[in-house]
Amino acid sequence: MIQMKTLLEMKNIVKEFPGVKALDGVSFDLREGEFHSLVGENGAGKSTLMKVLSGVYPFGSYTGEIFVDGNIQQFKRIRDAENAGISIIFQELSLVKELTVGENIFLGKEPARFGVIDWPSLYRGAKKLLDDLHLPLNPKTPVGNLGIGQQQLVEIAKALSKDARILVLDEPTAALTESEVEILFGILTKLKARGVGMIYISHKLDEVFAMSDRITVLRDGKTVGTEFAKDLTKEKVIALMVGREVENIFPKITHEFGDVALEVRNFTAKDSEHTGENVVKNVSFKVRKGEVLGIAGLMGAGRSELLMSLFGAHSGKISGEILVEGKNVSINSPNEAIENGIGFVTEDRKRFGLILDQTILSNMTLAGLKEISGKFITHRSREKRVCEKARADLRVKTNSLDTITGTLSGGNQQKVVLAKWLLTKPTVLFLDEPTRGIDVGAKQEIYAEINKLATEGLAIVLVSSELPEVLGMSDRVIVLHEGSVTGEFSRAEATPEKVMAAATGT
Amino acid sequence: MAIEKTFKIEASSLRAYTMLAALVAIWLFFHWQTDGIFLTPRNLSNLMLQTSVTGIIAVGMLMVILAGQIDLSVGSLLGLAGGVAAICLTNLGYGLVPSILAAIVIGVAIGLLHGTLTAYANIPAFIVTLGGLLAWRGAIKGISQAETIPISDPTFKAIGQSNIEPNIGWLLAAIAVAAVLFVGYRRIREHNQSPGEAGNQILNILKLILPAAAIVGFIYTMNAYNGIPIPVLIFLAVALFGVFITGSTTFGRYLYAIGGNADAARLSGINNRANILKVFGLLGGLTGIAAIINTARLASAGPDAGVLKELDAIAACVIGGASLMGGRGTVFGACIGALIMASLDNGMSLLNIRDYVQELVKGGILVLAVGLDMFGRRTN
Repeated sequence: MIQMKTLLEMKNIVKEFPGVKALDGVSFDLREGEFHSLVGENGAGKSTLMKVLSGVYPFGSYTGEIFVDGNIQQFKRIRDAENAGISIIFQELSLVKELTVGENIFLGKEPARFGVIDWPSLYRGAKKLLDDLHLPLNPKTPVGNLGIGQQQLVEIAKALSKDARILVLDEPTAALTESEVEILFGILTKLKARGVGMIYISHKLDEVFAMSDRITVLRDGKTVGTEFAKDLTKEKVIALMVGREVENIFPKITHEFGDVALEVRNFTAKDSEHTGENVVKNVSFKVRKGEVLGIAGLMGAGRSELLMSLFGAHSGKISGEILVEGKNVSINSPNEAIENGIGFVTEDRKRFGLILDQTILSNMTLAGLKEISGKFITHRSREKRVCEKARADLRVKTNSLDTITGTLSGGNQQKVVLAKWLLTKPTVLFLDEPTRGIDVGAKQEIYAEINKLATEGLAIVLVSSELPEVLGMSDRVIVLHEGSVTGEFSRAEATPEKVMAAATGT
Repeated sequence: MAIEKTFKIEASSLRAYTMLAALVAIWLFFHWQTDGIFLTPRNLSNLMLQTSVTGIIAVGMLMVILAGQIDLSVGSLLGLAGGVAAICLTNLGYGLVPSILAAIVIGVAIGLLHGTLTAYANIPAFIVTLGGLLAWRGAIKGISQAETIPISDPTFKAIGQSNIEPNIGWLLAAIAVAAVLFVGYRRIREHNQSPGEAGNQILNILKLILPAAAIVGFIYTMNAYNGIPIPVLIFLAVALFGVFITGSTTFGRYLYAIGGNADAARLSGINNRANILKVFGLLGGLTGIAAIINTARLASAGPDAGVLKELDAIAACVIGGASLMGGRGTVFGACIGALIMASLDNGMSLLNIRDYVQELVKGGILVLAVGLDMFGRRTN
């Protein structure tokens, strides 16, 4: 830890929204070549702080001072911040899929002569940037052909093409596989050596600790602490984030299981692109009432495809048997799945789970509307009663059911999705990445809810990319690798090593 | 950050209220410019009559737009359905009821055809109905041999040209006011049950008084001329029907859901395709009804009937707060939008403003309305 000169200083930043103080006197600094992590629960103010830094919220809409290299800055637009060497890589990638890697890197600043793009020089420049990062990518490949991890790396190359000296990474690893994460971290380490300062926002504390020089914790719009990473532990950081000690992340309650709720026999699904490849191969499993069955596997192992096709929402051809409570059922649409007692908290709640523009009430009642409200005519008072109860049970933090769902924090949004499915009174509940992108406190609540539902006799199938979560929550774990089941472990047998071995097919 | 905006859902109805204010401003402006002709019972009766055809189509269009779809063919379909009714009545002598049914059936059938091609053959609605716009105009020109078909049946003409007895008008007003009070009473009772929201009581009472006053004022004005025109009565019935469908049925909720997030709707067990099919059928049927009124008013069906009506209907929806992306909009807003479009037509005609200027103004106002709305949303 060499004392480098300070690149960036943010002093006493206050940003208010009507009724809410999103940032309440936050100070933050970044040194040359430093990796500085910014952690906090959703709603703590991390993204707002970065939006102030990048000019999304222009100078004048907040109070406080920003210094870059000791000079006071007043960013009125994003371009101003970029000119000062600040570049942000947002959670949602901002690449144009139809354009090539090179075109994306130089988007908006193409080398041109008299308005005509100088293609050779564009691709030469792109090649040089990629080589600098040791990225084995062809600049002429359309970005849409790349995996999400490689796209992330292109995004970084793009940021560097703007001579960024301050790089902000907002949850860059959320969609990456472990090997892609390693490549990313390798590149970040190289950038560090070049003196680039990095602000890293992540919920994954393992990564935060593996990479950080310093860690700043935000809570409720205030800085709770900035410490050297070596002086902190994960437990300490979590305690700072939530303002309380988290004793047991996965409180498991053991209890008796009931009858078999769902049985799947020799289930196979072809991929939706009609290449004829099987994405799910001959999978069989059972889950009992009150049992949590975990499905582990690496990205692309076919976990989501398995759930989607069981739910009747997969466009590829499927075969095999599904039995719900011992009865053979045929499921060709989500509606039939729901009628047969299957609920499905899908991954990516913004894309598949919620209508963000609409109210909590509309979202909660969507899947079970005809049962909750009325077959043809809706009854608002009935809906309200049922939703009020769900809101209280799941502790959705909001003052009205008429609140627009998109304005809630990630954790509360996820609770709305969960409520939607619980209101269909399912026998079996599928949970696909139920805690992705939500903060530690909300995770805890979701875990407690899963345990409670299992105790009440719901059969649960849990898919998660976070191994500790699968192992911590499940009574039994099956492991998928390239669409096939390569291992099945009881809770006692399931160690991370064994599951990883099965997941990698060794 | 977690700023909760409870009023964002009402953004579309907020826009409708803004437009209501704009409507009043437009009326006052024309009243002043026409030296007091605009706001006379006679002219207002005319204005409502002019609104009714566009308004009926706009109600159906709104529902299609809610589901994230569009229908460019309604103008041509209006012409075709009207032509079919006229041919049945005049050329084939089928009688009143079969002729009316023929117009509605052809509307529904063509709507369902558009819906099938959109929902099940995955052809974008824009393309399907652009094809419809051309094809159905061709069809009406073909079956009418490009000539105007006159209507002589007095009962049919009465649908478009007669008014209801003032006394019956008052009776309807009484029923409507009673209904408003009943609904309002239920709302207040519901609010009292959830104490957290009791603060809106004054607003609730206002929501009772204003519509009741509007109903009485409306009937008074219409009766001061000739009584409520039949087309206006049909338009109001269709509007109520639309409010009911969008606000109080599962079908309506599904339309908002499909337009808001089609993937989430599908994964919540909603049959997106079947609902899209239905909503196109519904718009087709309403277009058929509008066609009957249009034909009856003019006492003839011409090959050019309904040209550009689709754009009036879409403009009405958008002015009233609907988003062409789907998932946002209200029937009330669409009706206000239709009234604004008709007011501009009516007022500028009274002022003898030349055709091309009228078109320039209407185009400008459409873009201005949406522009102001976008600006308002951004500054929020």
